[in-house]
Formats: sequence, C-alpha cells, structure tokens
Amino acid sequence: MSFVVFCEHQNGELKKGSRELLSFAATTGESITALLFGPGSSEVAKQASRYGASIAFAGDSAEFEKYNPVVFAASASAAIKESGAKFLLASSTMMAKDLFPRVAGQLDTGVASDCTDLVFEGGNLKAKKPLYAGKCKAEVEFSNSPVQMVLMRPNQLPVADAGDESAIDVKAIEVVATEIKQITKEIKQGASDKVDLTEANVIVSGGRGMKEADNFKMLDDLADVLGATVGASRAVADAGWVPHSMQVGQTGKTVAPSLYIACGISGAIQHLAGMSGSKVIVAINQDPDAPIFAKSSYGIVGDLFEVVPKLTEEFKAALN
Amino acid sequence: MRIFVCIKQVPDTETKIKLNSDNSGIDEAGIKWIMNPYDEYAVEEALQVKQKAGDAKITVVTVGPKKRCVDSLRTALAMGADDAVIVDTDAAMDPYLTAKALAEAIKKQDTPVDLVFTGKLAIDDNAGAVSQYLAEFLSIGHATVVSSFEYAEGKLTAERETEGGTREVYEIEGAAVIAANKGLNTPRYASLPGIMKAKKKPLAELSLDDLGIAADQIKTKFVNFELPAEKPPVQMLEGEVADQVKSLVTKLREEAKVL
Repeated sequence: MSFVVFCEHQNGELKKGSRELLSFAATTGESITALLFGPGSSEVAKQASRYGASIAFAGDSAEFEKYNPVVFAASASAAIKESGAKFLLASSTMMAKDLFPRVAGQLDTGVASDCTDLVFEGGNLKAKKPLYAGKCKAEVEFSNSPVQMVLMRPNQLPVADAGDESAIDVKAIEVVATEIKQITKEIKQGASDKVDLTEANVIVSGGRGMKEADNFKMLDDLADVLGATVGASRAVADAGWVPHSMQVGQTGKTVAPSLYIACGISGAIQHLAGMSGSKVIVAINQDPDAPIFAKSSYGIVGDLFEVVPKLTEEFKAALN
Repeated sequence: MRIFVCIKQVPDTETKIKLNSDNSGIDEAGIKWIMNPYDEYAVEEALQVKQKAGDAKITVVTVGPKKRCVDSLRTALAMGADDAVIVDTDAAMDPYLTAKALAEAIKKQDTPVDLVFTGKLAIDDNAGAVSQYLAEFLSIGHATVVSSFEYAEGKLTAERETEGGTREVYEIEGAAVIAANKGLNTPRYASLPGIMKAKKKPLAELSLDDLGIAADQIKTKFVNFELPAEKPPVQMLEGEVADQVKSLVTKLREEAKVL
C-alpha cells in the first residue's frame, strides 16, 4: 500500500508542493518512498525524512542533471516498480506533467493531473480536478491501475510541521538505457525569476484596459510590492503586448492564487474560466457593467491609471 | 515522409457548462463543438513541415463519436491534411485508452511514422497526457508544450516551455510525438477551395474492436461532477480613489486575510 512521492527541489530545498504531498502521505500511515532527480538529491532526501519518508530513490548522477523525458521516464518507472508502491503523488509542475503520463504508459496505469482535492479512502486515492478550465469539477476514479498516480496543483494541501531528521534508506536511481535517441541539448533560462503563474500565491493581471504594452510596468511595480507574478488576458497576449506564457485563461494558464487582482480585464468567459479558482478576486475596471465584477470578491470602478499606483503605495505602506 | 496529427473535438471556450441530471457528466445539449485550439497549432505545424519536405503525407486522426468529431477532421482536411482516420466510439475514454486507440490506428497505416503532432492538452479535461502515453505506446521520443520546432533530415529540434519562460531544447533523431503550444505558429484558415476539396478527401473509419481495444480497460473515469460553489456577491468599494484603495487593503488584510 506504500506511497512514492516525487520530490522536486531547488537550491537544495524541497519545494513546497512536494512537502505538501509528503505531509498528505504521512497522514495515511502508509510507508513513504521519496523519488528525487538531479544533483544533490541524496542530500535533499534527508529533508523528506522530516515529513515521514523512510526510503528514497535519488538520482544524483550527471544523466539526471537536465530533464530528459525518455531517460527520466524509464528510470523512474524502474524505481517505482522496485518500490512496490501502489500510489504516486507529485506536484502538477511542468516536469511532472510531462514525465508521469509516460511513466504511466510504462507501468500500464492511470494518471490524473492538475488535481485540487485529495483524500485517501478505502485504500484508494480520490482526487478532484477542475474540468473545462474550472467551469466544473469532477472526482477521478481509478480502475485497472496498479499504481494510482495523482498530480496535485501546489498550494492545495497543508504542510505538516517538519519533524526531526530520521534515518532514511537512500538508494541510487539507476540510469535505464533506452533505444530512443533523444537528448536535452540546452536549457535556456527564462528572463523571469518570479514564481510561475501556475504556482503563484498572488497574481496581478492586466487586460485591454492597460491600453498599451509599456503600461504593464505599472503592474510590475504593484507585483513587486506584493511578491506577485504578473499575468494577462488573451486579448493583450494576442496583441503581442506580453508573451503568451503570461496568458491566464482557458487557452492560457489555469491559476489558483490566494489573491488575483484583475486590472482592466472585462472578464470574457474564457478568462474567467482560467482564474475562477482564485480564493479572492479583486477587479479594477472603468466599466461598472464589466462581467469580471460578478466573479469578484471586491470591485473598484475607476480609472486604473489612477487606482493602481495609489494601490501600490497603499500596499507598500501596509506591508512594511 | 509520414506525418500524423491527432486532434480532439471539445466544447467551444465560450460554452457555459451545465451538468446532466444525475451529475455523471455534462449536459451536451446545445454545445458548440470546435477543434481543440492547441490542435490547430499541431495541424499547422504538420502543414509547414510538409511544405518544406515536399514529399509528405499528413493523416489526421481522432477518437470519439463520429457524428460530432467529423467536423474537426473536415476542418483539418480543409486546412490541407491529406486524409483522415476516425476511431468511432461512444465509449467513455481516458488519456490511456485514447492513446492506445491512436497508437493502434497509426500502426495500422501504411509506412512507418516520422512525426506525430498533437496539441499540448485538450481544454476540456485539461489532462495533457495523451501525447506522452502515445509516444510510449509507439516507442518513440516526445516533447510537450513545444513553442519552437525545426525538422531536417530525420533530426528534429524542439523547444519546450517550462516555468518562468525557461526553455528546454531537445534534439531527437528518429520519430517523435510533438505536442504544440500556443505561439508555435499561426494556424491558417481553411480556404473555400480547401473546404470544397476536403469533402472529397478520404476519411477511414475504425472501431475499438478493429484495434483490439476493450473499452473496459479504462484507467480513470470522472464521476460526481459538481459546479463551482456560488461566490458571495461582490463588494464594490465606493468613494474617492484614496478611500477605495485604503478600504481595499484593509479588507484584504482583515476580512479576506490574504495579505
């Protein structure tokens, strides 16, 4: 009945999403195996022990330095098989979402990604996930699945208080050779050092009401004060004011921050679908009839070029 | 060259979703179905590869009920794909079973595969899993969320977008599944002559039985659908701008407790 928890780490620290999942697995009372890739994995495995992992498969070797789907999938599959786990949990990150469906193919099992609710009941994982970009939700029921694989969105589950480091049996993940000639030639670091929209706790988003690309600087200022990530509506991404990677909505990113501040976004249904999972929504718009207000917690009707800078100052004062 | 494009028919992004009476799924009455937007990038990329390669054949493949899926296939044919295959089924499908059906349907075609294009995910179930399952079942490489792609003499370079605008650059020799992201290209519109020609292009039908696939081998199923909880009505903040922003910050801190 044991769990494998895919533990992602950055700068030697377990990511919050991974700590959430270790904490969840620990509540089931089943044994926990941590699965880690990348340099320093054996060292980070010790942190996993503080949340209840007793075994770790760690891929420290150079082959695991850069993500390569075919190499990672074959090696992860072998490790999961060896662990004998019936459940696999991972954060719904770009790597996990790419990797685990392939692993699921190798293990002849099912996988559910982007889940927002998770319980362990009667020896089965029951996850809920938003469908139609959040227009409804449904429960995922597994069948014919030797390993039930659930990828959870970050920020959905509580993190337990870390215990003391305990003994953890760290095994090296062996690099499994594949016939497929695929290499990761290069990783081009992105310009943004901000948290990705999909993981962000606060998002400041701009729409057509921003009038032109240069005005997004105003949102950057607000975002800096809040430690937020900047997003945008489809209209402005399509207009080329911002890159597509910043687009929130059904054909962009689905987000679920604690706070979403929509500036000059009228609220097309496809945008609302992508951000309606936000806990608190603030809308600033000149048009009192803009559909965004109906989905918001708080609304300000006004000229955003006047409101946003004042709001930035107010937050600055409040947060200092 | 042999190119396949896998597409899915999904409810239009503007569709309001209603549930059926026993909450076992959505009410499909009155839904306008469209080709999954990411699949349009997949079709376009296949067409561009063919334009460069010259000698290539593009087959577009889908799995689902023929009566509503055929429109998207015709759209892809009108854009310029050469022929189409539908695995006609009313059975509940999941990414695993869909990928099995696609893999078997592709294997049934004439020559070996060079490239398979898909969308990075379908905007209905938002799974983003079929492409990787499919690559595994075909024993070929894969790259998802691809926003830049080049192909020359059996070798491809694909750039995949990850968090924060970071890009992973893959080189693959041999066949691969490429899952397209927005920004990869600008999909063309079907021309009127294209639409006329599409009507005469071959459209083959297969069943799950033909492919040796049992619908009860499904791995995941959606049950107990629910609509989002109603939010409390919006609080409009009144007064001068200075009062509005002050009141907003106070409410976010004390009432909503998100600061």
